[in-house]
Amino acid sequence: MADTMQFDLVSPERSLASLQATAVQLPGADGDMTAMPNHAPTITTLRPGIVRVEAPEGNAEFAVTGGFAEVTATGTSVLAERAVPVSEMTQDLLDAFVSDAAAASENATPENLDELAKRTVDIAAMANELGLTVKA
Amino acid sequence: MANLKDLKNRIESVKNTRKITKAMQMVAAAKLRRAQDAAESGRPYAERFNAVLGGLAAASTGGDSAPKLLAGSGSDQVHLLVVMTAERGLCGGFNSSIVKKARAMAEDLLAHGKTVKILTVGKKGREQLKREYGDQMIGHVDLSGVRNVGYDNAQAIAHDLIHRFNEGEFDVATIFYNTFESVITQVPTAKQVIPASFDAPDDGASASTVYDYEPSEEGILETLLPSGVATQVFSALLENAASEQGARMAAMDNATRNAGEMIEKLTIEYNRSRQAVITNELIEIISGAEAL
Repeated sequence: MADTMQFDLVSPERSLASLQATAVQLPGADGDMTAMPNHAPTITTLRPGIVRVEAPEGNAEFAVTGGFAEVTATGTSVLAERAVPVSEMTQDLLDAFVSDAAAASENATPENLDELAKRTVDIAAMANELGLTVKA
Repeated sequence: MANLKDLKNRIESVKNTRKITKAMQMVAAAKLRRAQDAAESGRPYAERFNAVLGGLAAASTGGDSAPKLLAGSGSDQVHLLVVMTAERGLCGGFNSSIVKKARAMAEDLLAHGKTVKILTVGKKGREQLKREYGDQMIGHVDLSGVRNVGYDNAQAIAHDLIHRFNEGEFDVATIFYNTFESVITQVPTAKQVIPASFDAPDDGASASTVYDYEPSEEGILETLLPSGVATQVFSALLENAASEQGARMAAMDNATRNAGEMIEKLTIEYNRSRQAVITNELIEIISGAEAL
């Protein structure tokens, strides 16, 4: 496990993390995946969920909503629309995530209705994992 | 010659003005730092995003399956100009230069027989454009309650744009804002956001990498394009915020200096008149004494 790769997590407003990691677990839109050094170059969209980073100096977890990840042999960058370290995740922030999703569902077109419904469910699943609950 | 009392009042009032402009300059300087930091920390995201999206877009352009946001609606008859200005004045030519650029483009488009619609972000732009293009205005975004522009604001604007585009309200959207170069230079910029245009990624090693796409290339493009519009609007907002503070700082610096010069001039005039009054009084005393 000597191999590491560069891991970057950036949101539009700031860069949240930039460190050497041994493995990164991503909530991909088509299912979870783990990126390790020398992974084949991949670009995947993300669903709301938790990014887990394993690094020599300790693990880190971030809650993200949407965005995408770019995986190359030498690094992984996650571009999240919103990202919060799990330790700073609060009920208020979760409520904000939920209300964002709800606002998006309001002007949904028939084509993306499914997608938005999935988004809401994904957020609920993430909340569950974090030990928080989505208010009805 | 103006009397002494008036001059004194005048000097006092100019001094007060100088205090105010000086304070505004310092506030602008502090805000500029913050705005610059925000612009800086937003840059990695925007750069990465544009690089990835640019690569995807280049691959899918020309195909029939290209999403509407990328390929356009097939016509360029109706243009939407999104004019982003400040909520407040007293910042030199900042607002006027954006409006001037937008107006030039609007005139050009109208001369070519196109239809022009205008959406304003920020109060000052709306005020300046209302008289000429009042009928063409289709909306206004008010950011006066927002202290620091966030991605949420950009997203709201982008959602609105995309919604209007899908409704067929316009064919081409261009945003107008000031690019921040330095405290004394801000460059008014026009950038087309719909149909999306991306700066081509520099053809280095990254461009030649062949990526696996999950779910699919089209799927990713479809989900990312709206965010791409939001990202571009967001970087425009950040640039604009930094430019506004830079322009205000420069304008207030000038005003402070002008006030200083004025105070000097007035003080000299005040001293002269005071001296003249004293001389006059002396002459009166002397001639009175001689008459005895």
